[in-house]
Amino acid sequence: MFRYIVRRLLQMVLTFFGATFLVYALMFANQKDPIQALVGERPVSESQRIALTERYHLDEGFFMQYWYYMKGVLTGDFGTSMTGRKIYDMMSDAWPVTFRLAIIAIVIAAAFSVTAGVYSAIKRGGIFDNSTLLITLVLLAMPIVVIAPLAQLIFGIQLGWFAPTATRDATFYQLLLPAIVLACIVIAPEMRVTRTSVVENLRADYVRTARAKGLTRMRVIWVHVLRNSLIPVVTLIGVDLGGLLAGAIVTEHVFNIPGVGFNLARAINTEDGPLVVGFVSILVILFLFINLLVDLLYAALDPRIRYE
Amino acid sequence: MPGKTPWKMAAGATAIALLAAGCGGGGSDDSSSTSNTVVIGIGEPQHLIPSNATESNGAEVLASLFYPLVDFDAQNNPNPVAAESITPDKANTVWTIKLKSGFTFSNGEPVTSDNYINAWNYGAYGPNAQGASYFFDKIKGYADLQSKDPDGEEGPQKAPEPKAKTLTGLAKVDDTTFTVTLSAPFAGWESVMGYTAFFPLPKAAWKSDGVIADGFEDAIIGNGPFKLKGKWEHDSQLVVEKVADFKGTAPKVDGITWKIYQDQQAEYADLVANNVDVQTTIPIESLAKASADLGDRFKKSPNSTFQFVGFPTFQKEYQNVDVRRAISMAINRQEITDQIFLGSQSPATSFVSPVVAGYRANTCGENCEYNPTKAKELYEAAKGPKEIKITYNVDGNHKAWVDATCNQIKASLGINCVGGEEPKFADLLTKVEKHQPVGLIRLGWIMDYPLMENYLGPLYSTDGSSNYYGYSNATFDNLVKEGSAAATPEEAIKKWQAAEDILAKEMPVIPLRNGQNVFGYSEKVSNVTLDLFSKVDIYKIEVVS
Repeated sequence: MFRYIVRRLLQMVLTFFGATFLVYALMFANQKDPIQALVGERPVSESQRIALTERYHLDEGFFMQYWYYMKGVLTGDFGTSMTGRKIYDMMSDAWPVTFRLAIIAIVIAAAFSVTAGVYSAIKRGGIFDNSTLLITLVLLAMPIVVIAPLAQLIFGIQLGWFAPTATRDATFYQLLLPAIVLACIVIAPEMRVTRTSVVENLRADYVRTARAKGLTRMRVIWVHVLRNSLIPVVTLIGVDLGGLLAGAIVTEHVFNIPGVGFNLARAINTEDGPLVVGFVSILVILFLFINLLVDLLYAALDPRIRYE
Repeated sequence: MPGKTPWKMAAGATAIALLAAGCGGGGSDDSSSTSNTVVIGIGEPQHLIPSNATESNGAEVLASLFYPLVDFDAQNNPNPVAAESITPDKANTVWTIKLKSGFTFSNGEPVTSDNYINAWNYGAYGPNAQGASYFFDKIKGYADLQSKDPDGEEGPQKAPEPKAKTLTGLAKVDDTTFTVTLSAPFAGWESVMGYTAFFPLPKAAWKSDGVIADGFEDAIIGNGPFKLKGKWEHDSQLVVEKVADFKGTAPKVDGITWKIYQDQQAEYADLVANNVDVQTTIPIESLAKASADLGDRFKKSPNSTFQFVGFPTFQKEYQNVDVRRAISMAINRQEITDQIFLGSQSPATSFVSPVVAGYRANTCGENCEYNPTKAKELYEAAKGPKEIKITYNVDGNHKAWVDATCNQIKASLGINCVGGEEPKFADLLTKVEKHQPVGLIRLGWIMDYPLMENYLGPLYSTDGSSNYYGYSNATFDNLVKEGSAAATPEEAIKKWQAAEDILAKEMPVIPLRNGQNVFGYSEKVSNVTLDLFSKVDIYKIEVVS
């Protein structure tokens, strides 16, 4: 187990450098004229251009720029955004609110999809099963760019149940609507996978044995069947994190939440290389750790799995 | 059982995380609805150092924190505000500015001539890369503060340090008097000084001579009616409160929360839900329902935006003036402002905005009137190109009207017209610089100060900063310069109008639309007016009791 974790951590270091290098290279290739992008349609004076080019090493080659950047990151300095703010400050402003939003969304999605998935598996072919199939199909078909403004219009403005926007220090209730919207993108697959997996396991030999032993139906389903059915679901939740963060770009925009998604969108727009790479680096680390956690959870769910 | 414990731990951890997520925030909405403060929506300002704040969001916040030397009356004539008097010499070259005494910054420092001189020198100094540094280029000595890369941007040599660090044109007379010497006579200089870039900075701003202290921008101190409460909460809000013993005009509200929105539609949702009191720009997507949602709290007023397309002079097919006239006549401006912009913009028929003194309606004459028959005759006689292109940047919401314009041109002239898409404005400029066949170039202009010259100079002069299409006419250039040097504003306007008449004959660009402020406000506030720069008048706005 310990050796397994160490090996994974070493692999992570490689993945981290590979991923940041790739993102940096992509941003560099896409970067045409960040100084003009920064000022929009205003003319840039020559001395302004000279000063900014020098400040951000824009006249250096790709590897030199990457070297400056990595040197900074490894000493804990994420550099300065093109707007002049410290990227570290921007990240410490943006991450907490996105983190809270993501956690609420993940929990809502997991709780709803597992409960509904199990229930529709038990009542396979019933009204609940069929109607959730329909609803999840509709949810799958609707992109988040439609769901988010629609939810804002209906629940935020017309019914007035929720505030139409949230701020950086939003309360749990203010974040609830954006989180539900965010959860919508992952609820459908998670629920379908839970249902299929539970249906399969209900036919397994050990279920018949457990029933024959005289265990109650509830215990058979919620302890024996569910635990064995959760492995694919847990994998999916781990992977879904990526989808949630992509969805956060739209959701945060619509609900005016100054989090990671917003900063990423703005940074890409203004060709702000260091800012994009800074946020993506943290994203990569997060993604790697969550997937390690998911892999370790397998052992908890299925004792037969051993890590070497 | 090895599996059991981590499983429970995971559940426990989730519960704790959810709890933490829920409890982390809160407590931000402490201001009660009865307080005498207003919430105004803006976008995140790029900068708050006055000489670097070139976009409207920064300018709007700064207008509450600073007290300008001059402001403008309803006819756009400058009035001294923080200045006691501003007097030019006979040649309009040396301007003496006398400050009102007794004014202080919100940290208690008295406002002196040095505060202005130091701030302007900082703004003009090239290596500080201040966005508004070009405002100082009329002051004597500006060129010596700039550095020029000896072998171009790509070359290996670094640009040398500029020759001087301070403008020779700025001189202190005493603590409340200083003079500005211009490098050429300019009758409109008083108006120029109304811009954000000309605000003073307190001693507290400087770490050492010419270096702004770290963190000053986030906690900026001004000489205005409001002061910043706490710090600039980036991407979230800026809260300002009244300065207790302010000597100038006192605003009617006790404080303003500048609430930062990333998206105008989100801001509109908050306006309807009464979470924000003023929205200065209602997005086009929400215009259709704005009247129903807001009733008479949905307002329009003129602003200085001017939208047009330019003909690149390096493309031979547009050299015949009749081709340019014909294309202009082929466009039905009224239909586009009505159908696409839902009346939020109005058709432009002159080369400057209606908001400046000296504007005459319809200087473009029949060239800007929709006349498909005449357009076709002209076009065929002039043997115009079979296909034309209008290039625009796709990140600016231009597709709808460019396509509509193209359809009108197709129908009127019987030729093909396509919209050329570029991801960003910078991409468009790159292509223009390389003289690639971009066709008509989509452009827009917002004035910096209310003078005709601010349109004629940058847009149509040979060395104009935004003359991307390369129009050049020596007579025109001279008239603009003569106007700037004229002894009185009336004489200046005469020269400038003569210059505009040349444009009407030569049609280097097609004027399309003049912008308007399309704004709305909540039931909580009244007396909401927007100026020509789309800024809320913070001295007039009040809370309905």
